[in-house]
Parts: sequence; structure tokens; C-alpha cells
Amino acid sequence: MTPEEIVQKLVARFGDKVSPSGSPGISRSFAVMDRDHVLPVLSYLKDDPELSFDFLADVTVVDYLRLEDPVVRERFAVVYQLLSLKHNHRFEVKARVPEEDPRAPSVLELWKSALWGEREAFDMYGVEFEGNPDMRRLLMPEDYPGFPLRKDYPLHGRGERDAFPQYRPQPDAPRAADTQASQA
Amino acid sequence: MGIEKIFGDSLITTSVNAVVNWARKNALWPMPFGTACCAIEMMATLSGRYDLSRFGAEVIRFSPRQSDLMIVSGRISIKMMPVLIKIYEQMPEPKWVISMGACASSGGVFDTYTLVQGVDQFLPVHVYIPGCPPRPESLIDALLKVQEIVAGPLKQADPEGTLLSTRSGAMALTPASCATKATPA
Repeated sequence: MTPEEIVQKLVARFGDKVSPSGSPGISRSFAVMDRDHVLPVLSYLKDDPELSFDFLADVTVVDYLRLEDPVVRERFAVVYQLLSLKHNHRFEVKARVPEEDPRAPSVLELWKSALWGEREAFDMYGVEFEGNPDMRRLLMPEDYPGFPLRKDYPLHGRGERDAFPQYRPQPDAPRAADTQASQA
Repeated sequence: MGIEKIFGDSLITTSVNAVVNWARKNALWPMPFGTACCAIEMMATLSGRYDLSRFGAEVIRFSPRQSDLMIVSGRISIKMMPVLIKIYEQMPEPKWVISMGACASSGGVFDTYTLVQGVDQFLPVHVYIPGCPPRPESLIDALLKVQEIVAGPLKQADPEGTLLSTRSGAMALTPASCATKATPA
């Protein structure tokens, strides 16, 4: 099925919970929804025999900080890239995530490949995925203070890369043989 | 000189330091810290065509406890820098460091939130190699420069003793100036 047909099918099934988006000639059609509807819509996309999206190719986040999008309307959108190996078609789903409460439901129960994708999205954008049991940073150091791919994060960071102690050689501890010799 | 008059050319007198440093300089055991494409050039330098063993430095040690020359070849992220410092601390004294390539020396093109802008901010670097990546000839030249440092006091071209340019553009630093970041003249 083409993405346009899939969007029509979703609108027929879920009504105004799903907003179609995408511009012909610029991007393929995709569906935008509130984060509360992610799990029902994505499990429908996975389980419907005509769609049967059996592979989650990627989970990531878009920061719409300086990008007024009439359909997304929120600061963040979680993007799910779906692929059906059975029917050889692809589809993209976006879930709105507000800035003041950056959380989204985990789709780990549907596709195991969400584990690291959600960890990377959390690492880079600070969106927490509820239900993912391993919400640790994936790439950055564990004690890294910020979320570097947010558009309001400075490119050079906030001094993290200059924060190591300069190596200084330590004076040798006295050897046991020396102390024994001085005692004798 | 007394004793040489008796034995002639079959005997020379020297100092222990000179002999030990001569041995060190001709048997440097490198610790390869290769994290990027500079490591590929380093491997090329070590293998048959460029053959670093001609200069006595072919015994690559993957244990820092057995090596005395660290070759930092590649970009060092802020997650890797504590590892690099820990490995450097495990190397026995005396030890020397080559900062190979633009990324290890200055961060290179990766002027971002995640990359250390030059390992010399945190480690004492003896020889820098410019290039992205440097050719094997540059690494060989840097090794010869390290050998000069190991052998003893440099024949200083400049009285301040900060920089010594070489043919390929590599710069040697005296041990005294290694603690601070130097800017190429």
C-alpha cells in the first residue's frame, strides 16, 4: 500500500485521533497523533493483515523549536519509521510530545528493536519512554548533564569537553626495600 | 683518557645514562591508541611497506604496562578521555606521547559538544603530527623526533626551547614545556 492509502485507512479506523500530514512532492504522507494514541495505532499497524508492519526501522525525535508546524504544534515529535517485510511498504508515524512534560509511551512490547532507539532518543533529546526498562544514556557519558541534540543546546556544549583534570605524575611511594634498609 | 690508552679502539668510556638512553631510543615499544582513520595510517607505518621496525619501534604492545611510547591516533571523545588518562597512567616511566593527526592535536573538524579539543590539554604531549590523516612518513619523522628527545638534551634551534620544526612539519617539544599547551609558531 502507498503511504496515502495507509493514512486513509488509519483515519477511517481512528477518526480525528489521527491527523494526516506530509506534502506531495516534498515528503511522503505520514500520520501525526497525540502520544496517548501511539500504542493503539501502532499495534493496529503491526497486527492488521493488510499492513503488518513487522519491523521498526527507527525511533527518533524531532525538535520543532523554531519550526512552526500546523499539525505537530508541540515542541517535540517522536518519529517511528515502520517497514513491512511482508508487503514491502514503509510508513512514518509521529507522536506529539510537549516541552514541559517530555514523556512518551515505549513501543518495546511491540518491537524489541525499540530498546536502543528509545535510549538514543532519550540520550539526545531527553524524551523519556515509559515502559522501557533500560532508560539509560546510550552514547553520551552517563553523567553528561544535557541533551545535546535539542536545538537550544549550544554546539560546543557547556564546557563538558574541557572538564578533565590535567595529568600530573604522582611521586613514587617509598619502596619496601628502602624503608627496610633505613631501619636496619 | 687513561684506560683507552691501554686497550685502544676495542674499548670506549661513556656514562650509564647515555647507554641506557641509547637503548631506550632504539627500542621504543609503542602503545597504539587508535580510535579513527589515523590508526589506519599507523598500521600502514608499522607494516611491511613503511616498516617502522627499521627504527626499532616495531614491538607494538597492547598492554600499557609494557610500553613506553603512546601514539594517540584519532579523535578522543569526552567519554574516551578518562580511559586514555587511565591507560597513560598505567604506562611505566619514562614515557612519551605522540599526538597523531588533527583530531588528537586540536579536535580537527569535530568542534562539537562531544570531542576533546586536543589531548594535550590533559596529557603531556611530546610530538604533534599535523595532517588528516598524516602520511606514514610523518609518523616516522615523529618517531625520529621522539628518539631525539629520548637520547638526551636537544640541540636547540631556538634558545627558549619550545619548538623545533622538522621537515614534515612535525614539532618537537622539550619535556619542560610539555605540561602547557603550546601554539605552533
